[in-house]
Amino acid sequence: MLELNHVYTRYGKVECLKGISFTVKEGEIVAILGANGAGKTTILKTISGLIRPTAGEVLFKGKSISSLSPEAIVRFGVAHVPEGRQIFQRLEVRENLDLGAFIRRDKSEIQKDREMIFEIFPILKKRLKQKAGTLSGGEQQMLAIGRGLMSRPSVLLLDEPSLGLAPILISSIYRMIRAIHEQGKTILLIEQNAHMALKVANRAYVLQIGQIVLEGSAKEVAANPAIQSAYLGG
Amino acid sequence: MSLFLQQILNGLSIGLVYALIALGYTMVYGVIQLINFAHGEIFMVGGYLALTVILLFSLFFAQVPVWGALVAMIVFSVLGCALLGAVVERVAYRPLRGSPKLTALITSIGVSFFLQNAVMLIYGSKEQSVPPILPYHVFEMGAISFSLMQVIIFFTSIILMTLLTRFVKFSKTGKAMRAVSENREAASLMGVPVQKVIQATFVIGAALAAVGGALFALNYESINFHDGYLAGLKAFTAAVFGGIGSIPGAVIGGICLGVFESLGAGYISSEWKDVFAFILLVTVLIFKPSGILGEHLPEKV
Ligand SMILES: Nc1ncnc2c1ncn2[C@@H]1O[C@H](COP(=O)(O)OP(=O)(O)OP(=O)(O)O)[C@@H](O)[C@H]1O
Ligand SMILES: [Mg+2]
Repeated sequence: MLELNHVYTRYGKVECLKGISFTVKEGEIVAILGANGAGKTTILKTISGLIRPTAGEVLFKGKSISSLSPEAIVRFGVAHVPEGRQIFQRLEVRENLDLGAFIRRDKSEIQKDREMIFEIFPILKKRLKQKAGTLSGGEQQMLAIGRGLMSRPSVLLLDEPSLGLAPILISSIYRMIRAIHEQGKTILLIEQNAHMALKVANRAYVLQIGQIVLEGSAKEVAANPAIQSAYLGG
Repeated sequence: MSLFLQQILNGLSIGLVYALIALGYTMVYGVIQLINFAHGEIFMVGGYLALTVILLFSLFFAQVPVWGALVAMIVFSVLGCALLGAVVERVAYRPLRGSPKLTALITSIGVSFFLQNAVMLIYGSKEQSVPPILPYHVFEMGAISFSLMQVIIFFTSIILMTLLTRFVKFSKTGKAMRAVSENREAASLMGVPVQKVIQATFVIGAALAAVGGALFALNYESINFHDGYLAGLKAFTAAVFGGIGSIPGAVIGGICLGVFESLGAGYISSEWKDVFAFILLVTVLIFKPSGILGEHLPEKV
């Protein structure tokens, strides 16, 4: 469904992705793990069109999307839930969800998706009229994911959904991610929290300073001694 | 007491015109943090377009009823200025997106000179008188009186401001504008066409200023190519006073400034009228730079 072929991305003169290739197949959860500054966020930004790759290409459903604008890429069915949530704090929760569905016109289907989102994140329904900036960190993350789902994407890109959350909240967010996956969504998950990510993922890639250094099924990656010592504290 | 009420009423009508212009400053500032100094000139162009329509009507369509001419005048200057706003955004500001804010600010001063000179070349540098099309009618209410023109200004601005508020609050484009103003990158991830939304903001601001310009020209029965400068500066003051970026702030700021100015003119000296605006601006900048309704948001986490 999603495929990167030898993607290079740079900020100014600094090369940040140095030939990244990986695939995400329909129905999978694929995790990309890596330390701070490895280039994880840059991968998602390159996919969603916020940054243009300098070489290589991003294929989505077999078509190259590397030269499209972010607006066009959402319309193709890729939703990017950015790092740090980036919800619209001054807008109500309801309005944030409406904006998630900005590209759609099918009112009754939008309503169905909203209901589906309330099933996964019941708290959002209670907070609909509240300014998003007044939500707690965990609720903001739920809103960010819910907003991403409102475009009814084929692929959901999640950038560190556990960032800054208490352990108990992290487990509930991951329960929700699993629920979304069970509804048939394909997910590309970026994490530093390898432990949680490897629990839900089918496959994983490990990123180190802009290059993929390890790949395999989540089990294989979790069993790798280098990963054990670097990320899983074992 | 009656002088007081009378001055408040006069201040209210000019204040509403300031508010119409201030909305454009505040909306553009809200989405791209640019103080668009050319906005006053859009207002002035609106006045000249209105004058043009009035002259055409008096030459060719003298039998058209007054209301027809009034509506034609407003529609024509709104359409003209909306187009001008769109072109200015596309040609002058869009290429600078992403460059330092000062660059766009200086460009807006350039655009402002350009528009002044263009109008001067077309219409001449002399003050032009605007033929009165409305019957001169004064309404008396006890000791205070107001003109038909003031009534028109009052209703037109209140209707436009209500429509604008509802548009920004409820329409899809309005939500997109607020999203772009808060977080452009996140808005683009929602599929919001950011450039178009920014352009729409300029267009709406210009359309409101056009109405202000048309009403202003009609009210003062004269117009000059540098009228946009002073009116623009005052409307900018109103926007800052209300809290730049805030729509209700611009309305309240405009009204306060109009009333303040009019009271000053009535009780102190009308020669000093324009000075009061700047006293207000300096005072606000010193004591409450975020304005009365300006929001101080917690930094994003
Ligand atoms: N806008 C930018 N301009 C310049 N350099 C940048 C920019 N954004 C990121 N970088 C650099 O690119 C590298 C990769 O950044 P990226 O944000 O992709 O890392 P990350 O893996 O997501 O890290 P984290 O876990 O901290 O979020 C870093 O060295 C970073 O300093
Ligand atoms: Mg990151």
